[in-house]
Amino acid sequence: MKAIYILWLRELKKYSRSRAQIIASLGQPLLYLLVLGFGLGPVFQRAGNGSYLQFMAPGVIGMTVLFTSIFSGIALLWDRQFGFLKETLVAPVPRLQVMVGRTLGGATVAMIQGMLIVVVCLICGFRPVSLVMLPLGFLFMALIATVFAALGTSIGSSLQDMQGFQLIMNFLVLPIFFLSGALFPLGNLPTALAIVTRLDPLSYGVDGLRGALINASHFGVVTDLVVLSGVAVLFLCLGAWRFSKIEI
Amino acid sequence: MIRVEHLVKKFAEFTAVNDVSFEVAKGEIFAFLGPNGAGKTTTIKMLTTLLRPTGGTLSLDGLDPLTSQHEARKRFGIVFQDPSLDQDLTAWENMELHGVLYHVPRKERRERTETLLKLFELWEKRDALVKTFSGGMKRRLEIARGFLHTPKILFLDEPTLGLDPQSRNQLWTHVKYLNETQSVTVFLTTHYMDEAERVAQRIAVIDHGKIVATGSPQELKQQTGTESLEEAFLKLTGTTIRDEQAGAADQLRQIAKMWRK
Repeated sequence: MKAIYILWLRELKKYSRSRAQIIASLGQPLLYLLVLGFGLGPVFQRAGNGSYLQFMAPGVIGMTVLFTSIFSGIALLWDRQFGFLKETLVAPVPRLQVMVGRTLGGATVAMIQGMLIVVVCLICGFRPVSLVMLPLGFLFMALIATVFAALGTSIGSSLQDMQGFQLIMNFLVLPIFFLSGALFPLGNLPTALAIVTRLDPLSYGVDGLRGALINASHFGVVTDLVVLSGVAVLFLCLGAWRFSKIEI
Repeated sequence: MIRVEHLVKKFAEFTAVNDVSFEVAKGEIFAFLGPNGAGKTTTIKMLTTLLRPTGGTLSLDGLDPLTSQHEARKRFGIVFQDPSLDQDLTAWENMELHGVLYHVPRKERRERTETLLKLFELWEKRDALVKTFSGGMKRRLEIARGFLHTPKILFLDEPTLGLDPQSRNQLWTHVKYLNETQSVTVFLTTHYMDEAERVAQRIAVIDHGKIVATGSPQELKQQTGTESLEEAFLKLTGTTIRDEQAGAADQLRQIAKMWRK
């Protein structure tokens, strides 16, 4: 347990020491929020869907948690490169614990980053419908963070170097974001798109967040919880398996 | 303590280790000498559960590092040839992390960290981030960290690379001390023949993935009819210079250097 704790703490220390990075990573969500939120707002309103900012804020929060957590997992590649990974791989600690410590650390960092975006959203004018439901929103953020930190760990364990990174970014991370319904409502979609969005774990995360924050969920909060928890377990197992196979 | 039989490791077409067999007795200091790319580090990686062999059998303290990985990892400590510190943590934090991973009790961990950091003259810098350290300081920290716990088997992969004579002296004195007082088995590689001669009881010379000679420094000199270990080494392995293939990690490190400045 102490090993898990110290590796978790390591992720937090590294995060708290990269102030510039923290600020920089607020930029993209802010752009989405301001440009799309206010740019597409009038069209959205005319279509009878209410405020686009209200609708999109949970999506942008989900996006931030997705990006931060998946990249914290892939950051394993940097540890491989700078050699620190070896140090943890030969230590007399089950690799499962090493993997869990890292992944939970990454998930926690993603949670914190998500919280920052919640604050940014509030400043921009986003208003959750009920404060009582807020903890449920945090639970969904934690689940999204765990799912994608574990996925990131699986990817980071399977790649040898950063060459595959662009591929992962363009064919996995961005599709996960765009197909999650973070930017558009999931109702009345063409069949093909409807199917793909249902296969995307982030859809359930964003939907759960909408359920908790603006009381408008498509699948239902319980479904979202069950699916996300299931995927979290699945990805944690996948990550643990890939991590146990690392050779240097 | 260490037994290796018919060990083979192939990377695609290239055979890094080709049918290597040797044995290291408990409490022995054993040196593995060879030119760059001879297969020294690959052998150590296989012994320390970082790589899976293509063929052959390994045994550490009677355990197979392939099947009982976790038990095997409890038996050894290692100082790597290339960096393995966390650059974004301080020297103290790196020691703490290592101590926790190796289950060194808190009180002992703190005391030993202080002693070792003072011994390797890093105590003043204990709260500085490792990325601000010079190459020599990083190397000293790696060594200090390697001594934080006392394993049954200690692997030292070119530990003195980039160390000044003072630190080098500290290192070998400490290795000999551990070996004599706690009969730690030591498996080391080095390019410095005087070091091998000073500490090693037995030496194996490896070249192109094969062991070409084994014996005490004395025996090796006799076998080759030479005056010094250096001459014996050159006679055994020839005088051509070898190139090591850069692995993916090295290439990445180069790219990273470009971006960090």
